[in-house]
Amino acid sequence: MIDALRHIGARTVDGVWKLGCATRFTGTILARSGMCLRRPQLVLDQIYFTGVLSLVIIIVSGLFVGLVLGLQGYETLKRYGSAEALGTLVALSLVRELGPVVSALLFASRAGSAITARIGIMKSTEQLSAMEMMAVDPHSRVLAPVFWGGVLSMPLLAAIFSAFGVFGGYLIGVVIIGVDSGAFWSQMQANVDLWSDVMNGVIKSAVFGVAVTLIALFEGYDAPPTAEGVSYAVTRTVVTSALAILALDFVLTSFMFTGV
Amino acid sequence: MPNEPLVELTDVAFSYGARPILSGIRMRIPRGKVVAIMGGSGCGKTTILRLIGGQLKATSGVVRVDGQDVSGLTYADLYRLRRRMGMLFQFGAMFTDLSVFENVAFPLREHTKLPESVIHDLVLLKLQAVGLRGAAHLRPAELSGGMARRVALARAISLDPTLIMYDEPFTGLDPISLGVIANLIRRLNDALGATSILVTHDVEASLGIVDYVYIAAGGQIVAEGTPDEIRASQDPFVHQFVNGEADGPVGFHYPGSTLAADLGLEARS
Repeated sequence: MIDALRHIGARTVDGVWKLGCATRFTGTILARSGMCLRRPQLVLDQIYFTGVLSLVIIIVSGLFVGLVLGLQGYETLKRYGSAEALGTLVALSLVRELGPVVSALLFASRAGSAITARIGIMKSTEQLSAMEMMAVDPHSRVLAPVFWGGVLSMPLLAAIFSAFGVFGGYLIGVVIIGVDSGAFWSQMQANVDLWSDVMNGVIKSAVFGVAVTLIALFEGYDAPPTAEGVSYAVTRTVVTSALAILALDFVLTSFMFTGV
Repeated sequence: MPNEPLVELTDVAFSYGARPILSGIRMRIPRGKVVAIMGGSGCGKTTILRLIGGQLKATSGVVRVDGQDVSGLTYADLYRLRRRMGMLFQFGAMFTDLSVFENVAFPLREHTKLPESVIHDLVLLKLQAVGLRGAAHLRPAELSGGMARRVALARAISLDPTLIMYDEPFTGLDPISLGVIANLIRRLNDALGATSILVTHDVEASLGIVDYVYIAAGGQIVAEGTPDEIRASQDPFVHQFVNGEADGPVGFHYPGSTLAADLGLEARS
């Protein structure tokens, strides 16, 4: 019993300690982001690494999610004689929910794990220490550009995911099943609001981008400098990011769409 | 000023939490000299280098580099001081996403506004100094251990530092590469008019090139002197260390209970 309490206490202290370290880490990155403004090429390189290299999985996944949404949506709407509302259903589902959430989960798996592995290996092979000894601050030169690259990439990836999802819904609904093309697009145009739907989706994806990129960076930076340490860190990045995305999604949705 | 040591450690102690690593360290590294810090694995040699470079802060005592107390420097002043330092890490710490040329050019690009043509020439001159000008286009993964160490050395001297620190530069090298690196350390130090600190446990390679030696054990400096004095030392630890003997003050077995006790034989006998 005492051992169990001691174990719980130790885990709690470790958790609070790690949270404190992560908060300080975040503060340091934000404070040393000036180089990103002076040398935007550093951020552009990271947008390529985290964003462009994630495009294939985002596009393919978006297309298939849209195809499935088109099929399932048509089957449901047909029962109520509202098959023309398929465009609205597909678009709202994607821009408000599926686009930001699924693309963030994919982003965490593809880019988040890559960021953690890269930073972890840079640390374990003393590349970050070498940079410090060359009077180059790794927070400014490496970590901050990765952070801003991830934060800027995520909303763009979510937008691309949603666009290809809508295209997938169009392919199934209009081209294959035969829903009226005019109704598909006009219903979508009439019922999807730029600010309350699209912009809230963009805000969601930006928040997910901040969370995933910070988790990925911190886990890599905090990883024990061994092969085992880096591999555990990569796993923690994917698991923690997924949980953070789902929890944040619930909180953000509560505020944005239900007026809580 | 020239008579002042470039690096001075006075009664320095360092611990990780409650675990003491160093205590009572006193060292003076004169300008222009090559000084070795030797000792067995885990005796705190690399920690001394990290204290000098400001990557760790002494728990007590003072670490001075060129008259400045490293622990008391601001972030900006510490980075300003580090621009005059070069450090060679144990396995080179090459940036794996950059070519050999870009690795050596990295400090120049970060700290100077030199035109690309000048950077190009400077990098090739540094690579020429370590004999690897022809390897400028290679990636770090294509280099042998000795070549990686030489490229890292070219990178460490790219800004013509006042102080060059070497962390275990001879580890894992074949005899030819080891000899090349050892000669480069001495030649570059003299050519650049720099001061070098060499952390190593390779006795033969280092005693042949250094001016002075500190021997560390158990987190303290247990002996010091010129290479000849160290070779002639009758101190039991120094004698065992320099000659690589199994018997001596440093026991072969890690402290623990007796073998008989572990095998359950003591109770029966």
